[in-house]
Amino acid sequence: MSDPRVAMLVSRVRVEEKLILAAFSARGVAVEVVDVRHLLVDTHADTPRWDVVLDRCLQQSHALAVLQLLESRGVITVNQHRAVANCADKVVTTALLAAAGVPVPRTVVAFSVEGGLKAVETVGYPAVIKPPVGSWGRLLARVNDRDAAEALLDHKATLGSPAHHVYYVQEHVAKPGRDIRAFVAGGEVICAVDRLSEHWITNTARGASTRNRPVSAAIADVALRAAGAVGGGLLAVDLLEDGKRLLVSEVNHSMEFRNSEAVTGVDIAGRIVEYTLAHVRDQVGGRVGQAASDGVLAGLSG
Amino acid sequence: MTMPCPECDAAVPLDERTVVGEVVPCPDCGADLEVTALQPPVLVLAPPEEEDWGE
Repeated sequence: MSDPRVAMLVSRVRVEEKLILAAFSARGVAVEVVDVRHLLVDTHADTPRWDVVLDRCLQQSHALAVLQLLESRGVITVNQHRAVANCADKVVTTALLAAAGVPVPRTVVAFSVEGGLKAVETVGYPAVIKPPVGSWGRLLARVNDRDAAEALLDHKATLGSPAHHVYYVQEHVAKPGRDIRAFVAGGEVICAVDRLSEHWITNTARGASTRNRPVSAAIADVALRAAGAVGGGLLAVDLLEDGKRLLVSEVNHSMEFRNSEAVTGVDIAGRIVEYTLAHVRDQVGGRVGQAASDGVLAGLSG
Repeated sequence: MTMPCPECDAAVPLDERTVVGEVVPCPDCGADLEVTALQPPVLVLAPPEEEDWGE
């Protein structure tokens, strides 16, 4: 099989993207870095360019559009549009996890301020209100009483984005000063970290520190079931410890890992590259780089 | 090599590992600067974060 023609879709080149590029280079694989801001996808052009596209785009709305356009023309994508769409919206993620029997915090979704208040009082105080779309722990709120809930819901109602008018309310889990992030590549949990913070929000983007967390059978089981429920691929599954139970709080489709390689000793960038290349081999076998892929990447200019 | 910060004119260091699309902070004013070209180097103020960025 000839070498696959690889592109990496980016919004910005962060530490993670540089590590991934270095991992491709170490394996002798050339990668075209495509800035989504300069990308045009023309449905009527017909010049094949790439066999596989690794999405590292920061902006979910851009990633979803590009992945759908590419897949509709037969391009192999990592992750697939379906998985990204399932992870990008917490309502969708939670619905899929719950349907698959994956343990999640009790979640009530409402569609009005009045409904939001009922949702909060259904799960009880303190409750957590999250934006369905968002990241880095932004706009998460813990509400401790009815006054705070009313004020917060009123404020959300005035925000411009319609996404803020879907009220995603979750029971507060009294986690022990940490949560767990498990990194999944296909059918394997390649490593995990504890994210430690005195604040109830434990995103590393919000100052949490990391330490290695051995991958127990329980962590592997829940993380792999969660990954499977959203469509699989390269995913970071966030877990909350509730006594002896592990609850899945979210699944991330474009993992950040700069704070996790050193503490785990796992070459996460290298594992991302190896998964991507193996996925290409699985998907297309001998047709990569051959005439059979003609037309697959039609009309892409970056 | 250094390039002037478009915000405060301080010297922003770039090295051989710098790539197009990378965001570097200005050591003086802290502005996020995007490298939009390398031959020759060009620094511009990086776009602000969007609502659905990152995880």
